[in-house]
Amino acid sequence: MKASIIVFPGSNCDRDAAVALRSAMGAAPDMVWHGDSELPDSDLILLPGGFSYGDYLRSGAMAAHSPIMREVVRRAKAGTPVLGICNGFQVLTEAGLLPGVLMRNATLRFICKDVLLKVERTDTPFARHYTPAQVVRIPIAHKDGCYFADPATLHLLENENRIAFRYCEEDGTVTDAANPNGSSDNIAGIYNETGTVLGMMPHPERLIDPVQSGTDGAKMFSSLVETLH
Amino acid sequence: MKARITITLKSGVLDPQGKAIQGALHALGFDGVEGVRQGKFIEVEVAETDPEKARAEIERMCEQLLANTIIENYAYELEAA
Repeated sequence: MKASIIVFPGSNCDRDAAVALRSAMGAAPDMVWHGDSELPDSDLILLPGGFSYGDYLRSGAMAAHSPIMREVVRRAKAGTPVLGICNGFQVLTEAGLLPGVLMRNATLRFICKDVLLKVERTDTPFARHYTPAQVVRIPIAHKDGCYFADPATLHLLENENRIAFRYCEEDGTVTDAANPNGSSDNIAGIYNETGTVLGMMPHPERLIDPVQSGTDGAKMFSSLVETLH
Repeated sequence: MKARITITLKSGVLDPQGKAIQGALHALGFDGVEGVRQGKFIEVEVAETDPEKARAEIERMCEQLLANTIIENYAYELEAA
């Protein structure tokens, strides 16, 4: 399996993502600078977390128009799996690969903590190593993570089974109290129509080794390796 | 020419920053404040001198980058630089 991580000015989770991919793949991913226009052969493209372009204008807005993004959009539309984590999710919405937008947290605070997520789907390259409705613990670290979409879009996401993860309680119930940032319908991550593009605010790459106090994020990378090897 | 672009949140879109500003205005004694919505103001200077062409260009800028039309509306005034 070959993977590429796109590095924007202001990305700061690109190396964590590289460690996670390397430990799952047994080989190093390609690190691709945002200003490049050519992307190596890739079975997976990862857009990492961070603060691309200092979050100027809107989070992810400038990065979505980086030279490399033209090729990322082309590959995504051709079926190459794309994983956008945190700022990467924001970039995917601004690039039009996923619907909706990530707005300022309802609390107006930067939130950095572990949250519980209900796995809503396991039939995708990203999630096959999770079990249906499994509750996993993954950290979030963001100020602009409040997922917003109009009612028609939310209805569509629900109907097409495109919600990947929801913020939940320990027993998997989805409550307002478990929603850290005010996201519509407790949405923490969504898929595109084909289940090959995933955007999520939580950081699976930050929980891949017991030394990080948990390994719930590692299953996403092992799922990808088993599917895309 | 110069475009003075105003970007505002659509009605129905939550604006926690506007709410916080409203709270601060109340704390300052402006009890009559009934609502605050925060937006953006952007000035763009373009070389185009034909107003019709300049308008078309500004609108493309707003649609492609300056506003996210899922949550934001934009309006602008055009003036000779």
